[in-house]
Amino acid sequence: MSVATITTQDSEPVFHVVDEHDHPEGASTMLGFWIYLMSDCLIFAMLFATYGVLGGNYAAGPAPKDLFDLKLVALNTTMLLLSSITYGFAMLTMEKSKIGQTQLWLAITGLFGLAFLGIELTEFAHMIHEGATPQRSAFLSSFFTLVGTHGLHVTFGLVWLVTLMVQTARFGLTEANRRRLMCLSMFWHFLDVVWIGVFTFVYLLGMLR
Amino acid sequence: MNPDLVKMIFGRLNLEALPIHEPILVGTFAVVATGGLALFALVTYFRLWGYLWREWFTTVDHKRIGIMYMILGIVMLLRGFADALMMRMQQAIAFNGSDGYLPAHHYDQVFTAHGVIMIFFVAMPLVTGLMNYVVPLQIGARDVSFPFLNNFSFWMTVGGAVLVMMSLFVGEFARTGWLAYPPLSNIGYSPDVGVDYYIWGLQVAGVGTTLSGINLVCTIVKLRAPGMTMMKMPVFTWTSLCTNVLIVASFPVLTAVLALLSLDRYVGTNFFTNDFGGNPMMYVNLIWIWGHPEVYILVLPAFGIFSEVTATFSGKRLFGYTSMVYATVVITILSYLVWLHHFFTMGSGASVNSFFGITTMIISIPTGAKMFNWLFTMYRGRIRFELPMMWTVAFMLTFVIGGMTGVLLAVPPADFVLHNSLFLIAHFHNVIIGGVLFGLFAGINYWFPKAFGFRLDPFWGKLSFWFWVSGFYFAFMPLYVLGLMGVTRRLRVFDDPSLQIWFVIAAFGAFLILLGIGAMLVQFAVSILRREQLKDTTGDPWNARTLEWATSSPPPDYNFAFTPVVYDNDAWWDMKRRGYKRPLTGFKPIHMPSNTGTGIILAGFATVMGFALIWYIWWLAAVSFVALLAVAIGHTFNYHRDFHIPADEVVRTEDARTRVLAAGAQT
Repeated sequence: MSVATITTQDSEPVFHVVDEHDHPEGASTMLGFWIYLMSDCLIFAMLFATYGVLGGNYAAGPAPKDLFDLKLVALNTTMLLLSSITYGFAMLTMEKSKIGQTQLWLAITGLFGLAFLGIELTEFAHMIHEGATPQRSAFLSSFFTLVGTHGLHVTFGLVWLVTLMVQTARFGLTEANRRRLMCLSMFWHFLDVVWIGVFTFVYLLGMLR
Repeated sequence: MNPDLVKMIFGRLNLEALPIHEPILVGTFAVVATGGLALFALVTYFRLWGYLWREWFTTVDHKRIGIMYMILGIVMLLRGFADALMMRMQQAIAFNGSDGYLPAHHYDQVFTAHGVIMIFFVAMPLVTGLMNYVVPLQIGARDVSFPFLNNFSFWMTVGGAVLVMMSLFVGEFARTGWLAYPPLSNIGYSPDVGVDYYIWGLQVAGVGTTLSGINLVCTIVKLRAPGMTMMKMPVFTWTSLCTNVLIVASFPVLTAVLALLSLDRYVGTNFFTNDFGGNPMMYVNLIWIWGHPEVYILVLPAFGIFSEVTATFSGKRLFGYTSMVYATVVITILSYLVWLHHFFTMGSGASVNSFFGITTMIISIPTGAKMFNWLFTMYRGRIRFELPMMWTVAFMLTFVIGGMTGVLLAVPPADFVLHNSLFLIAHFHNVIIGGVLFGLFAGINYWFPKAFGFRLDPFWGKLSFWFWVSGFYFAFMPLYVLGLMGVTRRLRVFDDPSLQIWFVIAAFGAFLILLGIGAMLVQFAVSILRREQLKDTTGDPWNARTLEWATSSPPPDYNFAFTPVVYDNDAWWDMKRRGYKRPLTGFKPIHMPSNTGTGIILAGFATVMGFALIWYIWWLAAVSFVALLAVAIGHTFNYHRDFHIPADEVVRTEDARTRVLAAGAQT
């Protein structure tokens, strides 16, 4: 078969691109960021697996039913889900190049994120106050690590959000900044998806255990 | 001074941490320090710091980063091998009541450091270095997808290596074995800094490895030359793609499991403890979910190198390209389904053990297919026994033995007898030396003329080859025997005098390997001295088949003046056969990424942070973390990261090559 292809191409083969243009910058960024997200997803997968294995080992300490306040968690989940929606609005206004509105929606997203973190920290403080510390049992170790790692990601997301808001304010919605906002958008929604896993797997199923 | 204040400033670091009472370490330190000072003085005397900083440390050129990875790997090979030699000597003399010359405290660090260094800081940098150097050239690209990230990844790997090396002279290294199983590695049984050096060395380097994996996957997926469809990629590029997919899909697991171990050690959580519901076997499972893919991360690129070498030196198209690609992909997938064979003795029951035993045995099918493909490529070929081909033949013989003992170990009942015995040690050295290392040596000899424009000296290369290969057999065949007799790994002294002869033979083998390494270093030196005689002006010294040989040796910064167009698997062979003529006119400015010092600075802060965390110097950890964040954010405010190589510079470079080629054609 290869012989046939070669004979058909025997007429003046062109072995190099004559009319070459600069490759657009950041053409691989989205793919690269997706792959990064998947690698991050694996870290969460490991933490979920650890929780799955160790989550029932209470060591005669408190169990999920003694600790979780589903109403508070529902409120918290709402904060994060709303922040995802508002980030979506930021992206929509970015498409229309409305810089002011984009910044506004980003700021609202950040506030929801802060609220989420605040509620989570309150929950943690409450648990630790009751003696349910990460050191108390393997269940609590894996609980705090899984939920805390998610919270840490949200914190970094917030730092990133502020950075991008400053850059958008200074340099406008340039091609590079749009790409960056797009990456953060993926990151933010990714954290949302992970949280849905946490909410279902840790909190809801925990109450049934 | 107030002891609390001292503790706040220095954490648990104090003068006790310096091993002044251990003569072996003091001697080593003297040698390393003298060597280091001499190197420092030479670089300063020849005023090379500016050059090194501008042209190498801050470079984003994948070729230079590749070369730096190789240098790192070779330097660390010397350290890792010194450890190996020490162990062989200890085991050869610790009989008849003799305690040997290494106290247990030191010996345990030596075998741990040997494993960690050889896998993470020898094999990984060498593999990553070759992929970095060769892959963009093979696919006709000008650089990787994210050149800055590439520089950063390299320096993170160096940072990890620095931490591990530092443990030699400041404090101590882990005494746990190379995977640091808890509960031994937990704070209760390893309260000192050894395991912390292990953790942070691997975490810092691991970030680099993961990012470089993402980078190379993107490069291969996105930057291939026009016409190069997936099934027209060179086999080395294919195996690199699979390896980097494995890296991205397994190194986060290592990061996660080491983070959990650090939480146990630093915060007092109960993941892998014996009480409060912790489960040490969870660690063993998780770390092997990374660890098994890791061995394929190392060996797949070696398979790719053998494929390139066999085809080139047999003067034939690779036999069974499609089956080679599918075999690689199948191995990639299967490598995730076998991790439990590292601990059949865990007690997971017959069904689970059978599953993992069978998946393990199935891996030998695609691997065997590869072996036959190489054999059929050689069959009726015009084989030239140059150095790369010699390493390939040695590999094929050696690796088959290692593969067969592997299948033997995959049988759970047999494994119950051989678990943690020297038989296992012999097996994995048989596949890692016979597979990965021989592959890397084949690759180094094969691509060296591409990177530097002159060949490696064949005489010293052959000397190195014979010492290495015979040394390998002398060093590890006795371990198979000892393993079958029931000797377990990591022993320091022996009671049964009848075993000694085997350990003496093994030590003799290690000595032969020492000569092999020495000959290799001489080979580099002699080749540099004789570079005029060994010079290659054609850019294609082996009459090879893939695109990297289409450009000059060494390639210009931009690799290809015009992006090549590909019609065939063996793109360069195809071009040569159909009368390809180098374009001599019409050059345009070429868009390139600019150098940056951010990568080395970030990695420097990460290393300092690692050091601070190891020694509980909390303020320093916080400061370096904030600095890390600030520099990273500051870097994102730089929007101008590229430049154009002007057209007349391209013209000058290409004209120079035209003259060299013409001169070469006349002689």
